[in-house]
Amino acid sequence: MLDNVLFYVFAGLAVASAVLTVTRRNAVHSAIFLITALLATAGIFLQLRAEFLFIVQIILYVGGIMVLFVFVIMLVNLDVAVRQIQFARQKWVALVVALALAAQVGLMFWSSGKMPGQGLPVQTAVAADKLLPNSEELAASLFKSYLLPFEIASVLLLVAMIGAVVMAKKRTYRSDASH
Amino acid sequence: MLPIDHYLFLGLALFIIGVIGVITRRNVIVVLMSIELILNAVNINLVAFSRLYGDVAGQVFALFIIADAAAEAAVGLGIIIAFFRNRETVLEDEMDLLKW
Amino acid sequence: MNAALQATMDFLKLYWAPLLCGVAVVAILPLVAGYIVLVERKIMADMQARLGPMRVGPHGLLQPIADAVKLLIKEDIIPDNADKLVFWLAPVLSVAAALLALAGLAIGPAFQIAPNINIGLLFVVGVSAMGIFGIVLGGWASNSHYSLMGALRSSAQLVSYETAAGLALVSGLLFAGTLNINLIVKAQFDQGIWFGMLAPVALFTYLVASIAETNRAPFDLPEAESELVAGYMTEFSGFRWSLYFLAEYTNMIVVASVATTLFLGGWLRPFPRTHWLDMIDFLPPLLMVAIGVYCVVRVPKQPVRVQQLFMLAVAGLCFVVALVLLAPVVAPKLNPSLAEAVKPFYAGIHGGFWFLFKVSAYIYMFMWLRFTLPRYRFDQLMRLGWHFLIPLSIINVLVVGVAMIAGNYFHLQGWTMLLVTTPAAFIALVAALAILAVDKGGGNEPDRSAASDFYAG
Repeated sequence: MLDNVLFYVFAGLAVASAVLTVTRRNAVHSAIFLITALLATAGIFLQLRAEFLFIVQIILYVGGIMVLFVFVIMLVNLDVAVRQIQFARQKWVALVVALALAAQVGLMFWSSGKMPGQGLPVQTAVAADKLLPNSEELAASLFKSYLLPFEIASVLLLVAMIGAVVMAKKRTYRSDASH
Repeated sequence: MLPIDHYLFLGLALFIIGVIGVITRRNVIVVLMSIELILNAVNINLVAFSRLYGDVAGQVFALFIIADAAAEAAVGLGIIIAFFRNRETVLEDEMDLLKW
Repeated sequence: MNAALQATMDFLKLYWAPLLCGVAVVAILPLVAGYIVLVERKIMADMQARLGPMRVGPHGLLQPIADAVKLLIKEDIIPDNADKLVFWLAPVLSVAAALLALAGLAIGPAFQIAPNINIGLLFVVGVSAMGIFGIVLGGWASNSHYSLMGALRSSAQLVSYETAAGLALVSGLLFAGTLNINLIVKAQFDQGIWFGMLAPVALFTYLVASIAETNRAPFDLPEAESELVAGYMTEFSGFRWSLYFLAEYTNMIVVASVATTLFLGGWLRPFPRTHWLDMIDFLPPLLMVAIGVYCVVRVPKQPVRVQQLFMLAVAGLCFVVALVLLAPVVAPKLNPSLAEAVKPFYAGIHGGFWFLFKVSAYIYMFMWLRFTLPRYRFDQLMRLGWHFLIPLSIINVLVVGVAMIAGNYFHLQGWTMLLVTTPAAFIALVAALAILAVDKGGGNEPDRSAASDFYAG
């Protein structure tokens, strides 16, 4: 019962925040609503008993990536941008295409139980109190079965860090002041 | 856990809203934020199936996606800052340096 | 409808104790934070050879209440072009993050708001990291230069030192083997030694990083009065400012609690497993009795009758607390059959006392450093974080890991583990200082490019 209530609360919050994110004029407001959407997603993870992923989402996504976004928004803060047109010229075509995609996939999910021989998996999940401790299980899997992707991910992060620093650095002209 | 299609529909809703954000908004920073929404929708999908099958691989995959999203956001925002310094704009229509 | 009611009743029956703890913490914490400020002012005064607040109430003990009333009745000023939604949201975010972080902590084995979280320590660290938004958005929403610069500097500082703090915690967690707070303290009990002694470099790194995390001196440039007015808090007045301020002191308590749990043995008394040192159990009641006796001795020195009665009341309170602390220790000696029944009371009451004692000692260290050291300039601050603390903590994780493997190979346990971890700590410190020395040669000229805008001056 509590499970259901939590899911609907977090799901509603996530969808509402997402809609608000893509429709606000002010980029900082968009960022705040994206933070709310990410927190709601973290809540969904918690409701699915993925505790480590819940806290990683909060530390990395909300505490790291969104701080970066807010910093950059403040750096490029243009008052003039708020008064310009926010949506591109192709917005109606884009909306129609996106809704068509949504209808297709939604229909696929909805009808998948109805046709013979096909369908979404009918098995039920393990009961919540019989789950293994999440951090330990994830750590075991990460460092045993998925060690190579883990190392590649760390190299990827190193490369991204160097790339971001190089790109955002201002060019310093050491020779003389004329440039 | 609720029946799996609840989570699939939630993932679909977030994905479509993210897609609409990416293809409709002019402000490049908001486009990047919508990409983050898309990645989150995929994460919800992965974690829901991981819980259904009891296999923690779904959560490991979602963890890698989060790390990847961090790298991509950092590089993307670096590009935006570099571009902004040159052209003073964050609107995607005005980023047409290669046009003649 | 009935199912919903039934579900609510079931929830309450299961979780009434944590809910009560949570309500108690949220209700009492503003008062406690106010009194920590009074303690800080008194300690500051003592270190500066003066008396501190003495007027409001006996010995200034009602000062926090007067301050709180003043802040609540102040006019709420919102700057002209401030973004109203974000202006309202920012202090709320700071306080919410700080208070929520408290939910993952345990004051003694009996007082826990969210018991037995699998990710315990990481939850506290992660949620308190969300307080950065309160600062950044507050500075931006104020629509003022000082606020924005203070906010950007403060959040840059917080983000930098968060990495060092997290890696320091990882070094400590290597010994614990788990993130669950109860199990961390139990691991310290099983090994009979505090992890702060096994990983002293980690404790030092976490101490420095936590001072920077809470924006305290000597890292308080973003909110120093002589630098940027009040930094990101400039435009917030009255109740909004008191929310930021409550968030800062709650963050101090959170950070001290995390350090106590992981490095200082949590709620264990010193030497918890050596039974011939059981007389240490009598220290808490003795301490309270000593404070009570001191109050009684000072009664005749008070000038006013009210103050004399007040001192007597404080003394009486100390004696009552001493009795409460004494009971679980003395009862099994008087009546051996009570030994089993008294154990949870002993663990709860003495555990709570030792935990609060260690947290207070840590916070006293914060205050001591504030009144002793001059402030760091912002570029010096960032340099310390990135060029010294982060390499130090990374090398420390590496070296402590190697030391642990060596210790396990030789079947060292507890105190004997010190044989491998002390040289490891020494190596880590030497390596980090070597990096700093090499770096000092090259990085002394100020960067002339405008990208270091935020760090200027």
